[in-house]
Amino acid sequence: MSSRFVRVAEQDRRSIEIEVDGVSCTALEGDTLLVAVLTHAPALRQSEFGDGARAGFCLMGACQDCWMWTASGERIRACTSVVVPGMSVLTHPPGEDLWPNQR
Amino acid sequence: MAEPAVIAPRVIIVGAGPAGVRAAQTLVAAGIRPTVIDEGSVSGGQIYRRQPAVFRRSYETLYGFEAGKAKAVHDSFDELVTRIDYQPDTLAWNIHNSALFTAQGNISRKLPFDALILATGATDRLLPIKGWTLPGCYSMGAAQIALKAQACAIGREVVFLGTGPLLYLVSYQYAKAGIKVAAVLDTSPFSGQLKALRYMASRPSLLAKGVYYRAQLLLRNIPVHNGMTPLQIDGDKQVSGVRFRRSDGTEQFIACDAVGMGFHLRSETQLADLARCAFTFDQELGYWRPEADFDGRSSVAGVYLAGDGARILGADAAEISGQLAALATLRDLGHKVDEARLQQLRQQQQRMETFRRGLAKAFPWPAALAKSVADDVILCRCEVLTAGDLRRAVSFKGAPELNRAKALMRIGMGRCQGRFCGSAAAEILADARQETVAAVGRLRGQGPVKPLPLDSRLEVSK
Repeated sequence: MSSRFVRVAEQDRRSIEIEVDGVSCTALEGDTLLVAVLTHAPALRQSEFGDGARAGFCLMGACQDCWMWTASGERIRACTSVVVPGMSVLTHPPGEDLWPNQR
Repeated sequence: MAEPAVIAPRVIIVGAGPAGVRAAQTLVAAGIRPTVIDEGSVSGGQIYRRQPAVFRRSYETLYGFEAGKAKAVHDSFDELVTRIDYQPDTLAWNIHNSALFTAQGNISRKLPFDALILATGATDRLLPIKGWTLPGCYSMGAAQIALKAQACAIGREVVFLGTGPLLYLVSYQYAKAGIKVAAVLDTSPFSGQLKALRYMASRPSLLAKGVYYRAQLLLRNIPVHNGMTPLQIDGDKQVSGVRFRRSDGTEQFIACDAVGMGFHLRSETQLADLARCAFTFDQELGYWRPEADFDGRSSVAGVYLAGDGARILGADAAEISGQLAALATLRDLGHKVDEARLQQLRQQQQRMETFRRGLAKAFPWPAALAKSVADDVILCRCEVLTAGDLRRAVSFKGAPELNRAKALMRIGMGRCQGRFCGSAAAEILADARQETVAAVGRLRGQGPVKPLPLDSRLEVSK
């Protein structure tokens, strides 16, 4: 399975190109970043604590489990950010290693 | 001699869901121009969350039986917009010395107030299940938001797990949208739901909707298991199924690629805490909530509580409590209020309270399940702390209450600030200490209540 979310309606919207880890990806106008990524990929990010991939959890800006990164290292909360043309995000923090898995 | 100029009272409402909207409307009708702080980009809150402007689905498609109410709340707010100071996309992140601190992008503002109405809403109440951090597992609220606000399902075959009215509503909404609902797994026994009927009869139309959703699931041959115990969310790199123990003791596995989970809701009370409102332990709910009188006055003069952020009573009650909190505000500011309306609102709210007691009996918080979370299960999603880590903080370091446990092993210190681990952490800590949940205290709210950008700067008012 490559995508996680499934669109069930509202598919005749204008497409918007964004980049995820340098790979071009087509989103639809009005998508949140979370939806844009998860309609193409199974996850958003790696947990900083080495326990694997994460794909968000609450979708209402409360759990903070959907942060992605920009190339300049800023964090961006995927569930509350709306995609704009040319947006470019990373699933790993740039230039930073994950914490070693302690378990 | 000239009269001194009358200074308009500075009233702030936090939240633009049903409670915040009705509070604003009531204040505007009395000639006050409130400031409304909304974390969303358009009003509606979570329950009546609006879809993006480019979406075209009808109110009926989006909100079902509640379409009329949703539209009424939206329309009311849209009519108010020129008569209030509306600040969308704005986080209220701290309260100090009768001033609210907000952040819009990286601009932070300090807004002094004479009265503050907190209509901060709720999030899912959760407890950890082994595997709940796997991609594909979402909160019940998330599953609904994906569908309502983005026209997406969280997966192709979904198991809904937990308890509460949302369990049945969201399952029904997914089935209706054409998504395969692999099973509905409820920790609450069906017998308890039958016993609670006499309370829930206080709102017959709402009870009828609940029965309808359940009947629709059965009509579609969706398995519904009451009184089950979740054992594990299976999967290697993502969700592949759910293991549970049926009420008859047998174990079962159901394959799926997504799980929506939640155990009813919990109030968002961080701002009430920062405003120094007194909290009380609610024995029935098993958690701490801010004290308030029937109209929403907190223990702090000038601070009022409305909607699910004060007490989980649902959207209809939130509309009433928003009005009650605004009327209390007006009265305390020296305005004359309509006594007949006040009495009528209080009577309506009393029925909501009776219904809520029914819900609490029909869908009890599974405290025993929270207590029994195995040592190796991740309790804190933010920082990957396990239930065992918390138990060791008790056995080796003697953590006497939650805030000490937080200092010792960081439970509740991650980015969600205990919103998603706090309920279960209290149960596990109490159980490890062989004390009541009330005795281990509650995680204190800390500002900022959500992360702020590092380049935030305080705008100095003119």
